[in-house]
Amino acid sequence: MTRPRADLLLELADDELILGWRDSEWTGIAPFLEEDVAFSSIAQNEIGHARALYELAARDLGTDADALAFDRPIAEYRCAPLVQLRRLEWARTIARHWLYETADAVRIEALKDSDDVEVAGLAGKIEREETYHRLHAEMWIERLLAAPEGRTRLEEALLELWPYALGVLEGELRETFAARVRERLPFGLPEVEAIPRDRHEPELAELLDEMTIVRRSAPVGAQW
Amino acid sequence: MIYEVFRQERKGQPFVHGGSFHAPDRPFADAYAREFYARRQESVALWVVPRDEILEIDEFPDEFDLKYRRVDGYSIKARLAIARERAGAATSSSDGEGP
Repeated sequence: MTRPRADLLLELADDELILGWRDSEWTGIAPFLEEDVAFSSIAQNEIGHARALYELAARDLGTDADALAFDRPIAEYRCAPLVQLRRLEWARTIARHWLYETADAVRIEALKDSDDVEVAGLAGKIEREETYHRLHAEMWIERLLAAPEGRTRLEEALLELWPYALGVLEGELRETFAARVRERLPFGLPEVEAIPRDRHEPELAELLDEMTIVRRSAPVGAQW
Repeated sequence: MIYEVFRQERKGQPFVHGGSFHAPDRPFADAYAREFYARRQESVALWVVPRDEILEIDEFPDEFDLKYRRVDGYSIKARLAIARERAGAATSSSDGEGP
């Protein structure tokens, strides 16, 4: 890894934070109670991972996790467009969840092999929770694929999100990810251009605005 | 489908009914059981059972007095009182004849 590690950590942290917020938009309105609790819990876990990643990055950058999460100008957020999208529709939410978890697994596996013991250690901790997120995503995919309506809706959602999903990873990792996704599905996904990480969807500005409202309204130095 | 959950708080302790939830199949039941009954480390193990698979028995004919099968057995309070009274009477009569 030639890039500074804070760079890489921020990329990951931003992905987890923004996806956590997007997933939490289902809290209270998920299709049924049990799923509401489960999905909200996953959202909370993602934000927990973001916090741990920001803390590690903050040490390198001489700041703190909250400042990294909430005080940066929008242009500095490195989250992939896949997690920025506001998709309050269940098939797309599940499709994104599964695509993200599959990509994240590839990324975390690579980080666990990192020479940097702190990064490798944190990746290992994150991985232990992500295992359950993957099981959750996988059971939904299996269920949707089992019925014609579910399959159609999943296929539509995956086609729409595919270029975004490819943008989560680069190079060899992207290839590994694409191969895993294709291997799992009974239908094909097209060869498309990946939507790169530096693109900001219009929804991101709205989300950051909402996400930082309490922080901006509190006096500097407020303790929580 | 409704699943019933039995939780064990510590190793070696009995499983106690914790509650129930809806899930369409076993993988979903597995995920939801973890979320509802173990995410705060409040259980060391769970038994998750489809309600339909539970053999429920709730009618027990009790036409004859078979109290003697119970651990607490017969109530001997009344008989004990009579016996005491009789014993008491015997003691007081013998007292009268003492030296």
